Amino acid sequence: MMTELWDLRVDKIVADLKEGKRSDGRKVDEMRKVEITPEISKNAEGSARVKLGNTDVIAGVKVVLGTPYPDSPDEGSISVGVELLPLASPEFEFGPPSWDSIELSRVVDRGIRESKTIDFKDLCITEGELCYVVYIDAYAINHDGNLFDASEIAAMAALSQTKLPKVEDGAIVKGEYAKKLNLKYKPILNTFAKIGNVIVADPTLSEEKAMAARFSVAVMDDDNISAMQKGLGGSFTVEEIDKAIDVAVKNSKQIRKLL
Amino acid sequence: MAGKKDELVYVDSKGKRVDGRKVEDLRPIKIEVGVIPQADGSAYLEWGQNKAFASVYGPRECLPKHSASPYKAVVKFNYRMATFSVPDRKNPRPGRREYEISKVCGEALERSIFVERFPNTQIDVTVELFDSNAGSRIAGLCAASVALADAGIPMRGLVCGTGVGKAGGKIIVDLDKTEEDAPDAVDIPLAIISNTKEVVLMQLDGILSKKEWQQAMKMGIDASLKVHEIQKAALKARYENVKGDDKK
Repeated sequence: MMTELWDLRVDKIVADLKEGKRSDGRKVDEMRKVEITPEISKNAEGSARVKLGNTDVIAGVKVVLGTPYPDSPDEGSISVGVELLPLASPEFEFGPPSWDSIELSRVVDRGIRESKTIDFKDLCITEGELCYVVYIDAYAINHDGNLFDASEIAAMAALSQTKLPKVEDGAIVKGEYAKKLNLKYKPILNTFAKIGNVIVADPTLSEEKAMAARFSVAVMDDDNISAMQKGLGGSFTVEEIDKAIDVAVKNSKQIRKLL
Repeated sequence: MAGKKDELVYVDSKGKRVDGRKVEDLRPIKIEVGVIPQADGSAYLEWGQNKAFASVYGPRECLPKHSASPYKAVVKFNYRMATFSVPDRKNPRPGRREYEISKVCGEALERSIFVERFPNTQIDVTVELFDSNAGSRIAGLCAASVALADAGIPMRGLVCGTGVGKAGGKIIVDLDKTEEDAPDAVDIPLAIISNTKEVVLMQLDGILSKKEWQQAMKMGIDASLKVHEIQKAALKARYENVKGDDKK
């Protein structure tokens, strides 16, 4: 859409929010409907499609063999990537990853990694020699805002299905699996947008165009926090972040039931 | 493994293939139109195990400007595979295979579009595969043509196609991975424009006699027209009950 048209829409969003109204009728702390479809790809070790309103993301997991890092010889590793496919938006282009997509990948990665939901020791096969490396790749299909939460939920949904391949003589046996990947927790990422002086949960694309600042927090099953990120040029007061965390804890419980 | 393959009967005495199809049968195909609200046109296609999304943005300003043509719209086609769409994880960076497929598929679509009506513009067509099992480029191309129709871009006809080739000495339509791995396998990705039947994409690898090729082309075109029927039905299903401009 042309910049001028976005400006008009943004004005409307800001004006409506002053009266506490969101364009799609949601309350400020309310998430959009989440739909999870498992088993998108047979070639993946685990996969899922997540729709957050009209935002659409597919994530898949491939497990390969690697060598443990010298400083953690008894641990495997994980890697999370999020690709902003030109399928998803007229603004996305092919080419080297943009800073936006790198930030997005890293926030999703931290939410999962730092929660310790995957015990890296479970991924070790032979100490110092052989381990599993779990690659989680998420792809944006349609961008209607909040790719952060959609990608993280898709990644968790794909991981919750993931089977670790059987290994014999240092190589993967195709089509055979040793065990399910064990997930200890279900961390859920919650992203908020600050528009004027209002904080909204799970912003749509139009709301993202209007936001001055963004805040994401990953919440664990026991309501502890495993990752945070404040983004963009605007700012938050400590009280605003405090309140947003309470909303995140509440909303995460709803999402976790679906995983 | 090699010994086991030699023993495989690709077409048995009753004319049945490994997965139970007859020589002229396609795998099951399912198409859904308008699956990406952000896009000007889009489609989702399942073809056997292949799963493809296609989107169209444009015609829009051609950037960088030196890539524009004063005579026609430039079709910028990109075919990509997700890292987890293949048995061994694919490097996220596109390889030579993806660039070549993107080139020939884009050229096939260009012939189907009245590109001369949109000078100085580009039409971005993106195809992403999330699962695959032989024939993914044609699956992607057929999805892309439906997405172009969904975008309302004027065309000579839909681009429809199939793989066709040989396994176990027999000419067969729409080879799957098992058949592509046959010792004597020949694979011909083929695409035509539905109403003129002109060939807009053809590749071939393997050894084939001229006579076998002729038979393959006949069977391939017949099968492509079956794909066209499925494309048409999907578009009709999307637009049958739409009046005026209320597409979104």
